[in-house]
Amino acid sequence: MLTERLLAVLFDGLIFGAWLFLVSAGLTFVYGVLRVLNVAHGSFYALGAYLAATLVGLVVGRGLSPALTYPALVLAALLVGLTVGPAMERLLLRRLAGRDEVTGLLLTFAVLLIFEDVIKLIWGVTPWAADAPYGALGQLKLGAVTYAVYPLALIGVAALMGVLLWFLTGRTAFGKLVSAVIADREVSAALGVDVGRVSNLAFSLGTFLAALGGALVAPMISVVPGISVEVIVIAFAVTVIGGLGNVAGAALGALVVGLVRTSALYFFPELDLFLVYALMTLVLIFRPYGLFGRAEIRRI
Amino acid sequence: MRRVFKGLGLGLVGLGLLGAPWLLPGWLLFLLSLALAKGLVVLGVLVLMWGGLVSFGHGLYFAAGAYTVAFLAKFLGVREAALGLLAAALLNGVLAGLLGLFLSRYRAIFFGMLSVAFSMILYAFLLKFYFITGGTDGLRVPIPTVLGFEVSARDIRTVNYFVNLVFGLLGLFAAWRLSRSPLGYLMRGVKDNEVRVEYMGASVKATVYGVYLFSGVLGGLGGALVALSVGHVAPDLAYWTTSGEFVFVAILGGTGSVLSPFLASALFELVRNYAIKLSPYTWQLSLGLVLLGIIFFYPEGLWGLYEWVKGRWRPKSSSKPSI
Amino acid sequence: MASEVVLETVDLARHFGGLWAVAGVSVRVCAGEVVGIVGPNGSGKTTFLNLVTGYLKPDRGKVIYLGREITGLGPRQVSRLGVARSFQIPQLYAGMTVLENILMALAVREGQALEFFRPLKTAGRVKKAEELLERFGLSKLLNVKVSALGGGERKLLDVAIAFASEPKLLLLDEPTSGISSAERYQVIETVLRALAEPVGGRERAVVFIEHDLEVVRRYARRVLVFFEGKVLADGPAAQVLEDESLRQRVFGARG
Repeated sequence: MLTERLLAVLFDGLIFGAWLFLVSAGLTFVYGVLRVLNVAHGSFYALGAYLAATLVGLVVGRGLSPALTYPALVLAALLVGLTVGPAMERLLLRRLAGRDEVTGLLLTFAVLLIFEDVIKLIWGVTPWAADAPYGALGQLKLGAVTYAVYPLALIGVAALMGVLLWFLTGRTAFGKLVSAVIADREVSAALGVDVGRVSNLAFSLGTFLAALGGALVAPMISVVPGISVEVIVIAFAVTVIGGLGNVAGAALGALVVGLVRTSALYFFPELDLFLVYALMTLVLIFRPYGLFGRAEIRRI
Repeated sequence: MRRVFKGLGLGLVGLGLLGAPWLLPGWLLFLLSLALAKGLVVLGVLVLMWGGLVSFGHGLYFAAGAYTVAFLAKFLGVREAALGLLAAALLNGVLAGLLGLFLSRYRAIFFGMLSVAFSMILYAFLLKFYFITGGTDGLRVPIPTVLGFEVSARDIRTVNYFVNLVFGLLGLFAAWRLSRSPLGYLMRGVKDNEVRVEYMGASVKATVYGVYLFSGVLGGLGGALVALSVGHVAPDLAYWTTSGEFVFVAILGGTGSVLSPFLASALFELVRNYAIKLSPYTWQLSLGLVLLGIIFFYPEGLWGLYEWVKGRWRPKSSSKPSI
Repeated sequence: MASEVVLETVDLARHFGGLWAVAGVSVRVCAGEVVGIVGPNGSGKTTFLNLVTGYLKPDRGKVIYLGREITGLGPRQVSRLGVARSFQIPQLYAGMTVLENILMALAVREGQALEFFRPLKTAGRVKKAEELLERFGLSKLLNVKVSALGGGERKLLDVAIAFASEPKLLLLDEPTSGISSAERYQVIETVLRALAEPVGGRERAVVFIEHDLEVVRRYARRVLVFFEGKVLADGPAAQVLEDESLRQRVFGARG
């Protein structure tokens, strides 16, 4: 029945959109503050997933309560965000001072390459699983369709993250500092803002969000090498569609891409990926600052 | 006296290149053939870098060229290499001509993102339209005929090498002429001072467009040659990581010369061959470290290093774009 | 001076935010004139040049060159029509040699901007470039990279590039700024001497922005005084520059 299919598209689209937002919010936020398009964002995602799989495995292996697997997921993300993030910013990104954005992108690409192997060296190439948190939440019947609760919960988490981010950037002191740095780095520095520290915190936040995306999705997938490479390119697409640096745009972009891709999967399966990148292309051509962004600097 | 040495050196290199099929073991000859073909694609990336543009989507032309050859064989039963290469060049010329209209208006990150987007569209098509493209399995490329002649399985490596060598040299020559031409200089002018280019009465857009056309054709030819060399095509030729590899090799070689893409490509293929065998999980790690090293310490890549060494031996006063 | 009007602006104006950088400028420049533009910083002189050459679009007014309206055309088209300019901060190709910079200008002038096979450095072009650089006193620096040049040399090269396109109207933005006062006269004399020859049967018009009033006094026949985006005075150099009340108003209390 059409309405059933449409409802399925809606829910699956929301689930996919939620995941897209989780993986893209950090990427676009970091670009806004540091003007770096972080290709290694995909690596942080993968690290989150792998670490989550490891921690969940520990919890289950020690016979601990499955309820502990949920904080384990968040812990995994925190661990990545608090170690790898600040380290990369301080040791590498900071040395990019004054160089153009493409060099920054190449640098983060180098980091991705490095982490691809680091991950293989630590976790090997056979797939890891972390399904305990997924199964523990059970299932839900919505009308005639049965849904696993976990993916639906993901929608809630994404929404919560969105609200928290909005609050953080709009209502806190940190948020004000971030806005200042985004608006004008030099002037902020001249006014006494510790731009280095703000950048470091912002980058760590972005890293945490990437890792969280990976950690939360780990129970739903088979964690293998190569997820970093796959996720980063679709995260680019969502980021571009929403507007580089625009977190709210990323939320709307994630929703749009989520619904578009899911609709395609239901009605024209061969076109699903094609439509996503076609959308990215069209946005870049007709609205380069994003579907929801506004034109700032002049184009040559 | 220096000229004599230079002449002798070039002569030796020329002899070496001509004699390679008989001097080198089969696997090494194959690597060299691949390096020549991929070097063309890297050259395509390089000429855009003159203008400060980094194409993260050259996999598009690479794959388009490769699949042209495969499609000609699959749908038209055409195995002739010359036709395949001609078709690849034409198709990619048209493709670059179309996409260049959009890309020539962008710079920096936007250029990079749009080029990725275009290449991912092709990837999506190649991956999903199984009945035309073979999906993830890809398509087989049968042994070609060369200028009408059938090639025995015994000779195919040698013939393939010479075909790639000829096109490598052609590409090298064309890029060398471009680098010394007004268009080549203006492209470097685009990176150096865009405002000046417009105030000279030249068009930044037209300059980028012209070079982009050349770049696309090179990418397509490289892809077609690789298809003929390897005998198989698959969607990942269009994937962003393939494009990333071309960018890496271009940076490794450095922008100082039109020869460096081929040298860097050869080095890359050779080292990868050994590295993967020695330690498969540290190859990408080393690539990443090398890229970091280049970014921070040797931005001019291997060619820059070579020039620096040369400079220490004999100081030069003027600047010239070297070959 | 019954010669042809090369440049005419009619009520040219442009604002940034709430500020009118150029607030209605109407001037006429005829062939053969050497006009100096003076005025304090921020009075709209460079913006005026930007508007005339198409780097900025005006909010109001027209720009007419040799009888043809060029308002709204970009720098590329304006340059091709024969308007050339030099910049406050010389716009050069820093990574190329002096010779290469001029060769590029000549090649574009010859319509060879898209030539991709034949070389930039053809014998004929190089000869022409060398002659041009001779006139600007840069012959010894042919193969020197621009990044190695001094301030005065860069300025001269900037003007030489403008000159290479055989312009009928030459706009110079502070050609002597950043140059030691010893060299200053030399630079401006070199420039004006090079510009003295007529082009296409018609004499060149030169407009130059200057801060050094001595230079203006010596070399300009006519002076335009810019102030807060408008032209306050327009007349023979000697007259305008001696006007006390004008000096007071524009330059403040100065002897």
